[in-house]
Amino acid sequence: MEEKKLYTLLVYSENVAGILNQVTAVFTRRQVNIESLNVSASSIPGVHKYTITAWSDEDQIIKIVHQIEKKIDVVKANYFTDDQLFIRESGLYKLATQMVLENPEVSRTIRRYGASIIEVNPTYTIVMKFGLTEDIISLFRALDTFGCVLQYTRSGRIAVTRGMQEQVSQFLEEREQNG
Amino acid sequence: MPRVYHQLIKVESELLQTNMKDRITGAKALMRALQAEGVKTIFGYPGGSIMPVYDALFDYTRGEKKCFDHILVRHEQGATHAAEGYARVSGEVGVALVTSGPGVTNTLTGIADAMLDSTPIVVIAGQVPIAALGTDAFQEVDLVGVSQPISKWSYQIRRAEDVAWAVSRAFYIARTGRPGPVVLDFAKNAQTEEIDWEPQKVNFIRSYVPYPQLDHEAVRKAAELINNAKKPLALVGQGVELGNAQEELKRFLEKANIPAGRTMLGLSALPSDHPLNMGMLGMHGNYAVNLKEQECDVLIAIGMRFSDRVTGNLKTYAKQAKIIHLDIDRSEIDKNVKTDVAVVADCKESLPVLTELIHPNNHQEWIESFKPLDEMERVKVIEPAIHPKEGPLLMGEVVNAVAEATKGDAILVTDVGQNQLFATRYFKYPKKRSICTSGGLGTMGYGMPAAIGATFAAPDRTVCCFMGDGGFQMCIEELGTIMEQKAPVKMILMNNHYLGNVRQWQDMFWLRRKSFTKMMNPNYELIAQGYGIPYQAVVDRQDLQAAVAGMLAAEGPYILECAILEEDNVLPMTPPGMNVDQMMLEI
Repeated sequence: MEEKKLYTLLVYSENVAGILNQVTAVFTRRQVNIESLNVSASSIPGVHKYTITAWSDEDQIIKIVHQIEKKIDVVKANYFTDDQLFIRESGLYKLATQMVLENPEVSRTIRRYGASIIEVNPTYTIVMKFGLTEDIISLFRALDTFGCVLQYTRSGRIAVTRGMQEQVSQFLEEREQNG
Repeated sequence: MPRVYHQLIKVESELLQTNMKDRITGAKALMRALQAEGVKTIFGYPGGSIMPVYDALFDYTRGEKKCFDHILVRHEQGATHAAEGYARVSGEVGVALVTSGPGVTNTLTGIADAMLDSTPIVVIAGQVPIAALGTDAFQEVDLVGVSQPISKWSYQIRRAEDVAWAVSRAFYIARTGRPGPVVLDFAKNAQTEEIDWEPQKVNFIRSYVPYPQLDHEAVRKAAELINNAKKPLALVGQGVELGNAQEELKRFLEKANIPAGRTMLGLSALPSDHPLNMGMLGMHGNYAVNLKEQECDVLIAIGMRFSDRVTGNLKTYAKQAKIIHLDIDRSEIDKNVKTDVAVVADCKESLPVLTELIHPNNHQEWIESFKPLDEMERVKVIEPAIHPKEGPLLMGEVVNAVAEATKGDAILVTDVGQNQLFATRYFKYPKKRSICTSGGLGTMGYGMPAAIGATFAAPDRTVCCFMGDGGFQMCIEELGTIMEQKAPVKMILMNNHYLGNVRQWQDMFWLRRKSFTKMMNPNYELIAQGYGIPYQAVVDRQDLQAAVAGMLAAEGPYILECAILEEDNVLPMTPPGMNVDQMMLEI
């Protein structure tokens, strides 16, 4: 058995209803858990981009990618390891304002992590951080030790490739030329 | 009134008429769209949510406007299997037309069957009006939701103006690339709304690449492996039939003198009597070719998917061999068996290029080495199965008798179970597209309706359908369709009063505990009588030949019930999960 790694899948599809279901079903059928999932419009008009992370071995992830790409309205699916991508996630932290004011260490921690305070009112303070998974979790842990965290959430991963070629645009161009 | 006005009014009224002529309902648009796709036969069953379509169909199935035959089945599952049988034999897309809710949930088995066996069918189902969607309306079911995982494409038509596009897209997807089932969920409001008819032809979808571009470098590598092979073995699958590459396959095999085994679905891709045909692969296939998979040095898989019924234990399967895999579907590559060279393309295109690059060769010694094993199987299994001297009738001899009497002209349709394994083993396939069987899903009840479909696809050929007493009763209602259509299905009911295949496994692997496999049967003669279908029973061996001749000589449908040895076993057999070379010739 190969070692499991965290893979990121970038899937591009036509903007039609029901694709998400089809994509996630491929994972479910193989009992692979999706770690995070982000769906948004891509830079190509009419094309949606799915950023999916999952722990798996390479053989399995290749099969998953092929099965996803087989769906009629999926334009392209590829898998990547972290070194091939520029990756970001974001974290939102809702803190009790009273405790933030009482303990200057909280503000220092927020600054040390490069996070920003985006709203303050007498009840709560909203802090936001962009970064890699570990940094965002680590900030949560640090804040949690002060007992000031009311809510915390971390977004799914978003990623762009580090490669020089834009594979999807190129693929679509070739398709349109041949079609 | 000045003349010029007259003319203007005439022109205007003509225009209006043309407009009105082309102002049609979504239901009628479906008729035109099906006509444009070349559909001739529709297997269907009406119901509430599809009534506008059935009303439109009324005009298209009679009189001057007639362009379709509509075959009224007796259960929607039958419609899908009939569409499958039609597609498998004709190479065209089979069409099933059903209503919403239970009508379409009844088709799911057929859709899943068509998906696993790459059969092009389009299932068109009624749906409640879009205003009622999600309200748990009468006979509402989330068809796209339930059919998506088991179909190639599933789409809800919500507006009449989408009919032309959706139907054309459906047929394009069903028939191109690796074929498969497509589902159209046709909301009732879209059936009744009026639109200006505009025909559409979809033959390009930017996100869908049905025919991947041939990688010539991969072909060159494959040729190199084949040219250096001492013991090459080809595995021929249904992809060859689907790609209509039977001749290309022959030229490839013959040029380098490569022996070939065929999967169950690929049986008629290479004629049975071809000197390089080494028999059937798989759990109950032929002995030599199964053992040789563990001895060959290069394995060339062509349009087949390394099903577990072919490979047995994957951990030990063909480990000594270099694997070349030719398939149109990239997701099949490395799915079950790791390949050394993958050629992802239509084999109609890849085989000739590969043939060009391989050297003429002679592997006679290798081919000769199959013979002693073949002989062992002939003596231990085949002869006792097809020419028994005593005891009750055996399935093998019944199949053999029908195969001999039809002289290779007939199309074989089987149900699932022992009847299927005996029939596929002992039938002969000199002609292409001569087999309909449920290989992937193993659907009992498939046989009878699939055979109906086959008779409509090839009205000039004999269609022989082998069934057990279990499967015969699973879609027994289709006897009504056979009766009404006078569909000339020659039904060979091999009755052993058992669900024989499960009984065989119980005997072999479950300490002979025959848990619910013994079956009480109805009086099939009375059933045949009720449907007005000629019937003959055979109990004694000496009556078999005459009975088969009688069945084949009769016009129209026929039921031949054979009283079979109750505990007949299919051999050889590779027990599930075992290595292919652990195949057993006897129990």
